[in-house]
Amino acid sequence: MLAFVLQRLMQAAVVMLVISAMVFVGVYAVGNPIDVMIAPDVTQEIRQATIRAYGFDQPLWKQYGIFLGRLANGDFGRSFVYNMPVLSLIASRMPATLEITLAAVMGATLLGVPLGMYAGYAPDSKLSKTIMAVSVLGFSVPTFWIGLILIFTFAVSLGVLPAGGRGDAVTVMGVDWSFLTANGLKHMLLPSLNLALFKMALMIRLARAGTREVMLTDMVRFARAAGESEWTILRRHVLRLIAIPLVTVFGLEFGSTLAFAVVTETIFSWPGVGKLIIDSISTLDRPVMVAYLMLVSLLFITINLTVDIAYVALDPRLRARKTT
Amino acid sequence: MTAPAPTTPAAETPLQIFLREFRESRVALFAVAVLGLIVLLAIAAPLITPQNPYDLATLVLTDARRPPGFVGSKGFTHWLGTDAQGRDLLSAIIYGLRISLQVGLMAGAIAFALGASLGTLAGFIGGRTEALIMRIIDLQLSFPAILLALVLAAMLGQGKWQLIAALVTAQYAYFARTAHGAATAERSKDYVEAALSTPLSASRVAFRHVLPNCLPPLIVVATVQVANSIALEATLSFLGLGLPVSEPSLGMLIANGFQYMLSGRYWISIYPGLALIVLIVVINLVGDQIRDQLNPRLKR
Repeated sequence: MLAFVLQRLMQAAVVMLVISAMVFVGVYAVGNPIDVMIAPDVTQEIRQATIRAYGFDQPLWKQYGIFLGRLANGDFGRSFVYNMPVLSLIASRMPATLEITLAAVMGATLLGVPLGMYAGYAPDSKLSKTIMAVSVLGFSVPTFWIGLILIFTFAVSLGVLPAGGRGDAVTVMGVDWSFLTANGLKHMLLPSLNLALFKMALMIRLARAGTREVMLTDMVRFARAAGESEWTILRRHVLRLIAIPLVTVFGLEFGSTLAFAVVTETIFSWPGVGKLIIDSISTLDRPVMVAYLMLVSLLFITINLTVDIAYVALDPRLRARKTT
Repeated sequence: MTAPAPTTPAAETPLQIFLREFRESRVALFAVAVLGLIVLLAIAAPLITPQNPYDLATLVLTDARRPPGFVGSKGFTHWLGTDAQGRDLLSAIIYGLRISLQVGLMAGAIAFALGASLGTLAGFIGGRTEALIMRIIDLQLSFPAILLALVLAAMLGQGKWQLIAALVTAQYAYFARTAHGAATAERSKDYVEAALSTPLSASRVAFRHVLPNCLPPLIVVATVQVANSIALEATLSFLGLGLPVSEPSLGMLIANGFQYMLSGRYWISIYPGLALIVLIVVINLVGDQIRDQLNPRLKR
């Protein structure tokens, strides 16, 4: 087991190194950030001095070497645009993203699981068919278009909710949070809903499939024979059994919600990390792009590694095969 | 209705059985009809649209941002209104469908070819090569496709082929994964052993004997992925990372209309979006039907 964990950790480290090289080369091959950073009418000397100051006159492999050296000290460099350390820039944007991501994933679970369980419990009822039709739409319709419709319906036509921005935020321990004010919550509602719809469709499908399977088992028959009410059976037995795969997917999906946040944040001009990466792509803010991509890769590799190790720890068959 | 002639099941080929079952689903037939109509519209776009929306000479700026039903200065009715440049939206949507379909189909086809060959080969060769290929693919699958496509589109720059390359890279892994699973299952069957014992080369056996038997699950993945690449392309174009302005897909039409939506001019964004959704939903419906038919577990 230990050998397996060590081997996987080594693999993950190699993968991270390869990704860092690919990301660095990819990002630094695009465009010329100098043109974005300085006015076009400056003298040639200032231009050359700026290029030297940022190290763009060095060959690419040397720039990569310098980057790796700094990285070893936990330094991702400074943003060209905001002129502040990239890590603190990303950290300052993170709470906004976390806020809507958490709200979306929780909302999707709290709504999606009961709806899916009902659809699995009574698969032939009208309501279940409606639920499934809505979930097909949730899968098919692109997130950004749902966002537009939400803005058009609630912000433009009805005028009840704001179309973008974070609203009033409260600073707690140096971090701004929107969910602590009524106005902030109002601003959070649409982006969270937009982000939640896809997840909810997924949760409905999973909960439905699981419930349908469990309802056919003898366990449910015996529980009914013992006189338990249908509600108790669903809550006490079915929910517990289907909870395990749901929690796994919940964890995995949390990472991918970050990816969708890019789209949602752009539509609702929500100042999170997703908006930051889109902005930095258009302003060629290389250090931010590299740092964001590396951190996201690290996140996904960690999730993968944890899942792999958990599976091996839980399944003796896998353990026997992997260690031989 | 007259009583159908008694059919002899033995005489039906698998394709005929497939088509007969397909015809039994009304939803799927409807979806195929709509899809066929969209494809026809897209192919015939220059013939049927009242205006070539990208011929700047035909645009009249005073006609810009008019609501649906407006009769323009050229004398024809703009049934879906006009956009910020005075383009007829209906024409723009039909041209947009053409580009979205083109990109989606091309990306899907290339990803199919690449992923299926890689997966089949991996499953066929086995050993270390297989382990390496599949680990890379698993790793890639753990990243959300949209993020991968976003980053690649940003790195490769704007352009149709750059975008297709980004979509293919984001999607070939799904085909490879499926082909690998099917090929590993086929590999242990007797007919493969028999074929290998003849002087046929291993690659011939892999591609001519094993790959065709892996096709059913791959076709299912293909329908899903074509729909996905159309949605992905639209999302990227909406974010400004997709196609250049000279090739406006549905995503770009939606993005262009976004800024006018806040002032109540909904039609510039809503109608291209509806067209996009109809396209994606009908492809998904057809895909669902094919999946249900090809899935042996759902067969009674």
